[in-house]
Amino acid sequence: MQVTMTVNGEEVTREIEGRLLLVHFLRDHLGLTGTHWGCDTSNCGTCVVWLDREPVKSCTVLAAMAGGHEVRTVEDLEQDGELDPVQRGFMECHGLQCGFCTPGMMMTARALLDRDPDPSEATIREAISGQICRCTGYATIVRSIRWAAVHEKDLAS
Amino acid sequence: MSAVHDRRQETFENNDQRPLGHGRMLRKEDPRFIRGKGCYVDDVQLPGMLHLAILRAPVAHARILSIDTMAAEAQPKVKAVITGAMLAERGLAWMPTLSNDVQAVLATDKVRFQGQEVACVVAEDRYAARDALELIDVEYDILQPVIDVRTALDPNAPVIRDDLEGKANNHVFDWQTGDATATDAVFAAADVVVTQDIVYPRVHPAPLETCGAVADYDPIDGKLRMWSTTQAPHAHRTLLAMVAGLPEHKIQVISPDIGGGFGNKVPIYPGYVCAVAASILTGKPVKWMEDRSENLLSTGFARDYIMRGEIAATRDGRILAIRTNVLADHGAFNGTAAPVQYPAGFFGVFTGSYDLQAAYCKMTAVYTNKAPGGVAYACSFRITEAVYLVERMVDCLAYTLKMDPVELRLKNLLAPDQFPYTTKTGWVYDSGNYEPTLRKAMALAGYEELRREQAEKRARGELMGIGVAFFTEAVGAGPRKHMDILGLGMADGCELRVHPTGKAVVRLSVQTQGQGHETTFAQIVAEEIGIPPADIEVVHGDTDQTPFGLGTYGSRSIPVSGGAAALVARKVRDKARLIASGMLEVAPADLEWQKGAFHVAGDPTKTVTIQEIAFRAYGAGDLPEGVEGGLEAQIVYNPPNLTYPHGAYICVVDIDPGTAKVKVRRFVAVDDCGTRINPMIIEGQVHRGLTDGVGMALMEILEFDQDGNCLAGSLMDYLIPTALEVPDWETGFTVTPSPHHPIGAKGVGESATVGSPPAIVNAVVDALKPFGVIHADMPLTPSRVWDAMRGNPQPPI
Repeated sequence: MQVTMTVNGEEVTREIEGRLLLVHFLRDHLGLTGTHWGCDTSNCGTCVVWLDREPVKSCTVLAAMAGGHEVRTVEDLEQDGELDPVQRGFMECHGLQCGFCTPGMMMTARALLDRDPDPSEATIREAISGQICRCTGYATIVRSIRWAAVHEKDLAS
Repeated sequence: MSAVHDRRQETFENNDQRPLGHGRMLRKEDPRFIRGKGCYVDDVQLPGMLHLAILRAPVAHARILSIDTMAAEAQPKVKAVITGAMLAERGLAWMPTLSNDVQAVLATDKVRFQGQEVACVVAEDRYAARDALELIDVEYDILQPVIDVRTALDPNAPVIRDDLEGKANNHVFDWQTGDATATDAVFAAADVVVTQDIVYPRVHPAPLETCGAVADYDPIDGKLRMWSTTQAPHAHRTLLAMVAGLPEHKIQVISPDIGGGFGNKVPIYPGYVCAVAASILTGKPVKWMEDRSENLLSTGFARDYIMRGEIAATRDGRILAIRTNVLADHGAFNGTAAPVQYPAGFFGVFTGSYDLQAAYCKMTAVYTNKAPGGVAYACSFRITEAVYLVERMVDCLAYTLKMDPVELRLKNLLAPDQFPYTTKTGWVYDSGNYEPTLRKAMALAGYEELRREQAEKRARGELMGIGVAFFTEAVGAGPRKHMDILGLGMADGCELRVHPTGKAVVRLSVQTQGQGHETTFAQIVAEEIGIPPADIEVVHGDTDQTPFGLGTYGSRSIPVSGGAAALVARKVRDKARLIASGMLEVAPADLEWQKGAFHVAGDPTKTVTIQEIAFRAYGAGDLPEGVEGGLEAQIVYNPPNLTYPHGAYICVVDIDPGTAKVKVRRFVAVDDCGTRINPMIIEGQVHRGLTDGVGMALMEILEFDQDGNCLAGSLMDYLIPTALEVPDWETGFTVTPSPHHPIGAKGVGESATVGSPPAIVNAVVDALKPFGVIHADMPLTPSRVWDAMRGNPQPPI
C-alpha cells in the first residue's frame, strides 16, 4: 500500500506493507536512525517520536496509521543550526551515557516542556516513566530537563 | 601508607572537584548522540544486505527428531535456511565458550534450554525472515528438564550434556578457596556463629540495545568485516578466527556505538556465528539483530548462586571468620566469561572489607536446562555475589548480637596501616582508608538522626528501614601471570600519535558502551602531555585501527587501559624531551617539564611547547643524534595488580504496611575509586549502578517454571526500574589512590551495582525487624515482603 505523511516538516510517500511498524518505516525506509528500537512490548520507549505533537511509541504504531499525520523525530530538534534547549540540557547535565534511550527521552521532554514550561521533578519523573534508561539512573535526565526549562525561561525573558 | 598519603596530599589538596586536569569537562561524544547521529549496529545499512532471524527452541530439553525447512526455503524473499546439520558439515555447529566448554551454534542433537538456537533464515528483509521461521517444522522428543539446581546432581537426574564424551552427570566444577581446617578451628572456638541461606537470583543485564551483528564477507579477498555489539572487539576477532577458521588478519571487527553492555556483550553468541556463516554462504552482507525476548531468553544472564553463609565472631562483635558453601547454576553450557584461572570469577573476595582470622569457600557448579552465562550485569566477575554474601552476613550478625550495623562494621574494618593487605583467600588489596569513607556516608545521610526518626516511626507502627553496606572491589583484570581468557593475556595496548601541528590521536583497545572513553582518555593523555583534550581524538572500536587488548568489562578500562594511556603519553613526552634538548641546545636532563612545555632549568624564558616540538619532530633540520623523526609511541600495559576501590552506602526505605510495597526514599553512596579523572562521569557510573541495585533488590528476576519455561521473557515480566522507582541519588567520595596504577586511579564502573543490593536488602530487613525477620531473599517484591512480614520468607528459587 502507499502511505503519505509529513516527517520533520517534509512530505514523504512510500510503498509499504500494511503491517510495517512506524519505527521500521522511519529507520529502514527513511534512514532516520536516531529513533531506536529496544523491546517488543512498548516498555522501553527508545522509539518515542511525535505523532501530531504527541509523543508515541513508534514500535506500537503502524506506519499506515501515521498516513496523513505529522511525525517528528529527534533529527528535527536542532533548528537552523541551533540546538534545542533540551539537547543542550542533556549535554550540560550528563543526561546520557550510551545514548540509546536519549532520542526518545528528549522527544518526551520537549513535549512536556511545550505543555508545562516549569515542570517539577515529580512531573518530569512521571512524564518519562514510560521509558527506560539503563545508564543514568534518571537523576541526570531529570536535571537535564530542568536545565532546559530554566534556560528556556531565561531565553523567553 | 606514606606513599599513598603523600600522593593524596600532592594531587588533591583543596582541589577535589578538579582532581585531574580538566576534571568535570563535558563529554566529547555527546554532540552526535543528542542529534540522533550515533551509529549503533542496527543503524548499519550496506548495499544488498540480507536479514537473518533465528528459530529458537520452544522447550527446555528435547531431542531433535527432524527439521523440515522446505516450506521456508520456498518463500520468494528467502535466500537461505541454515540448520545445525549444515553447519556441522563445515565444522561450525559447535563453538568454544569463554570457559573452555563448547556451546551449540545451532542445535544438532538436542535443545538444552528454552530459546536455544535451532535454525536460521536469511531473507531480503527482517519481516520476511521472521515470517519464514513460522514455516520451519521441527519435530521434538520432549525430555525431562533439569530446572531445580538443587536436584541437578541427583543420581537419576537427566544428563544434559551427553554431547560431552563420558559425561554421566550435570557437574561442571568444584572449586574452593581459603583454608578449611583453619576456618573450622576458628568456628569451633567462636562465641557466636550465625548461619544463613542466601540466594542471589538469576538476573539479566538487559542493555537497551539488544545484541546483533552485520557480517560482510568478501569472497574475492577473503576479508570478513564484522560490525557487532561487542565490549571486546579484539577478543572477538581472535575468537572468530578460532571458531570460523578464518585467518585473523582477514577479520575486522567494528564495534561502533554500543547501546549499553553491562557484560551482556562480552561473549560470542550463536547469532554472530550464524551471521558470518550466512554471509559466506550467500556472498552478501547479513544483519542479525535479536529482539528483546531473544535477548532475555538466550544471552548472558547473571548471578544464580545459592549460598549458605556462616560468620563467626566474639560476643563483643569482633568478626573472626566467614565460611560459605555455594551451589552455582551455570545453565546448559558453561559460558562464564572470566579469567580461566577463576571459574567462580573473583568471588574469592567474599571476605569483604574486614580483618579476619580465617575464611573458606567451597563451590559446586552444575548444568541446568537454562540459558548459559553467569558473569555479567556489572558484576566485576562475581564480586556482586561475594559482597552481597558478606554484607548480608554482617547484618545477620549485627541482628544476632543486637548491635548497630554501623558500629559492628566500624569495629571490624581494615585499618589504613594494614595495606597492602593480603586476605585469607590470597587477594592483595592495594590501598584503602575505609573508616573515613563510612563516616562520610554517615554524615551525608545524617545517620544518627535517621535512627531517631526510625525509633519514632516504629513506635507508631510505621515501617522504616536503614541499610548499610561497605564493599571492597577487585577490578582491572589483570596481571598476565595470573589472568587470561582462552589463553589471551589481559594486558592492553595503547598508541599515541602527535601530528605535526600538535594535535593528537590516541588509539585504545578497550570499548566504550556509554562510559565516556572518548572524554576520559583524552583527559588522561592531556594531563600527561599538555595537549588540550579538545585536540586529542580517541579512536576505539575497530580492530584494524587499534592495538590489541581484551576490551571493557569488569571495570577494567581505567585500571588497565587508563594505565596504558598515561604511560604511552609519558613515552611520547620522553621523546619530546630529547627533541626539545636539540631545539634549546641543552642536555635533556637540564630540561624541566611544565604541563605542555619544556624549559631550560633555571631559565623559564627558554622554552618550547609540545606543539613546537611536534612540528620539529616531523619538520626540517636535524634532530639530536639517535632520535628518529615523528612523535608517536605505543605500549602494552601489563598491570602489576588489580585495583581495589571501596565504598560505603546507606539506604533508607519505607514500607507500606498495608501493601508491603518498598519505597527507596534516600540513597547515599560514598565511593573511593582512587584518583578521579572526570567526576561527572564517575557520578554517572555510580548512579547507573545504584539503579541496578534497586532493580535487583526489589524487582528483577529471571524465573522458570518446572518445565523450564522462562517466565521473564519480555520487559512486561522482567521489571526494570523507571524514574518512579528510584530516588535522587546522593553521592560523595573519598580519594585513596592506587599505589601501583600510573595515575593512581581505580575502576568504578561496577562499584554501585556491587554495593547497592546489600544496602537495599539490609534496609528492608531492618524495616521488618519488628516482625523478627533476619533475612529475606531478593527480589523484595510486595508479595515476597508480605510473606516475610507474616513469618514466611521463601527463597525465590
